[in-house]
Amino acid sequence: MSSATQQENSAITTPQILKVDTPLETESGAVLPGYELVYETYGELNEDASNAILICHALSGDHHVAGIDADGKPGWWDGYIGPGKTIDTNRFFVVCSNNLGGCRGSTGPTTINPNTGKVYGPDFPIMTCRDWVNSQNELRKHLGIEKWAALVGGSMGGMQVLQWAIDYPDKLEHAVVIAAAPKLSAQNIAFNEVARQAIMSDPDFHDGRFIEHGTTPKRGLALARMLGHLTYLSDDMMGTKFGRELREGKLQYNFDVEFQVESYLRYQGEKFATKQNFDANTYLLMTKALDYFDPAAEYDHDLTRALANATAKFLVISFTSDWRFSPERSHEIVKALLDNDADVSYAEITSEHGHDAFLLPNPHYEGVFKSYMNRILTELESAQTNAKPS
Amino acid sequence: MHISPEFKLISDWITPNSRVLDLGCGDGRLLTHLINTHQISGYGMELDPDKIIQAIDANINVIQSNLNNHDICHYFDEDSFDYVIMTQALQVVKRPDELLDDMLAIGKQSIITFPNFGHWKMRAQLLFKGRMPETKTLPYHWYDTPNIHLCTFNDFEDLCEAKGIEVVERAVVNAEHRSTLGMKIAPNLLGEIALYKVQKKA
Repeated sequence: MSSATQQENSAITTPQILKVDTPLETESGAVLPGYELVYETYGELNEDASNAILICHALSGDHHVAGIDADGKPGWWDGYIGPGKTIDTNRFFVVCSNNLGGCRGSTGPTTINPNTGKVYGPDFPIMTCRDWVNSQNELRKHLGIEKWAALVGGSMGGMQVLQWAIDYPDKLEHAVVIAAAPKLSAQNIAFNEVARQAIMSDPDFHDGRFIEHGTTPKRGLALARMLGHLTYLSDDMMGTKFGRELREGKLQYNFDVEFQVESYLRYQGEKFATKQNFDANTYLLMTKALDYFDPAAEYDHDLTRALANATAKFLVISFTSDWRFSPERSHEIVKALLDNDADVSYAEITSEHGHDAFLLPNPHYEGVFKSYMNRILTELESAQTNAKPS
Repeated sequence: MHISPEFKLISDWITPNSRVLDLGCGDGRLLTHLINTHQISGYGMELDPDKIIQAIDANINVIQSNLNNHDICHYFDEDSFDYVIMTQALQVVKRPDELLDDMLAIGKQSIITFPNFGHWKMRAQLLFKGRMPETKTLPYHWYDTPNIHLCTFNDFEDLCEAKGIEVVERAVVNAEHRSTLGMKIAPNLLGEIALYKVQKKA
């Protein structure tokens, strides 16, 4: 790749669209007759298509994972993906797609339903991690990739990586599972349910047909985001960042914003619901997909058996202050992999940033991640040397 | 990569193609050596973040974990390994006796090395200076040492005896990891580092 193209690639990213005509039979039984996946790629696919990495995004993420888009917005994991970065796009061909049911360009609740001529809205079938993996497998075929060098994902993305390793064991060499869990706990589901109730009880929700009514359930979405955001942060970190600091310097004895933390949360909620214009039906759908994720369920709730056919090599990473998907949840994944004598490494990163830590700078995290990516590169190089005719 | 005589001695006690767990595996040097020379498979466990990175660099399967709190029993079932190795870490854990039980639960045999507090240099410093010993093998002050459970060869063997643990092999080396005739005659006085291979009594 010439350095000029490299410059261009890191300067502005352009989303592409894959149109799939094969119907997708979803786990719920609903069938999507066809669909579109929006995705971005970074770096160049090598000759034998062995250097491709698929990134799976989290609940509110999208396909714009790295680089700067036309609006000047950096990708959500730009700190870790790019030329010379942890996932080095000078060496790897990186792909990221918006999950089906999303609201950033892939077919979802805001897309026109060909059967009715109106937006899908609440009629869009509920997706599961397995459905997403099946749709991403079409993208894999389209890109001419026989086997991903690695699947990488954090939080919900990490769960998708696990699903890939279980459903398509021969289609990935490595699985990097970050800040994830093998299934949601009752507490996790409860948080999701409160978020959904916040959205659904907003008078502007109109049973999910808010687009047809020309409204958006902004208050509900903002509340859902505020709640979600809370679960991404740690108590310590909020204490350090906000403490009991007051906006006006003294107590007002009313229900306006008084504490800085209130102001911050309201800002986050507001931004999500208005400026970022996130679709409420997508939010509902993503939280449901999280709730349903439980790959062990079809194996008598035995995660070891669920992972028995996985042949990928694993890197599992958790963060000490993450209470949404705590290190103990990652231990469950590691234990199941060890039971299967799988190749697995596990790092527990000390961080005060809670669940959000997987997106933030951290020397130990970066060190572990980078070393593991180097290991993948070394394997690629030795495979290529061996493959060359003497 | 430099392989210490201590690690070479350990290698001699390992059967090829066996399954090995290395507790406190550091940069993965011993496991790498055993993989290259004995085609073993297995895992390393390590707590130190920098060493975790080094072990990943060395292409070792490493699990970040504390050796306290029975962590190894949460991860591994009984008899998961042919050997559970722990070099120079027995003295830093909270309950060496409990860890020894755990090691022999998940592994058929255990190989353990530790600094001998009964070495004459330790005894001499305590006897003549009246101060806690500081030596090449134990270069810490009493207040900042990570070595909270130091013992002598005799202490360790007493513990094995009390627990019904059989000593299968024993070797001693000095700080340069060399073995001398004197050490063989009076190990508890002249040996600086002890190497033991133990198993549960049948």
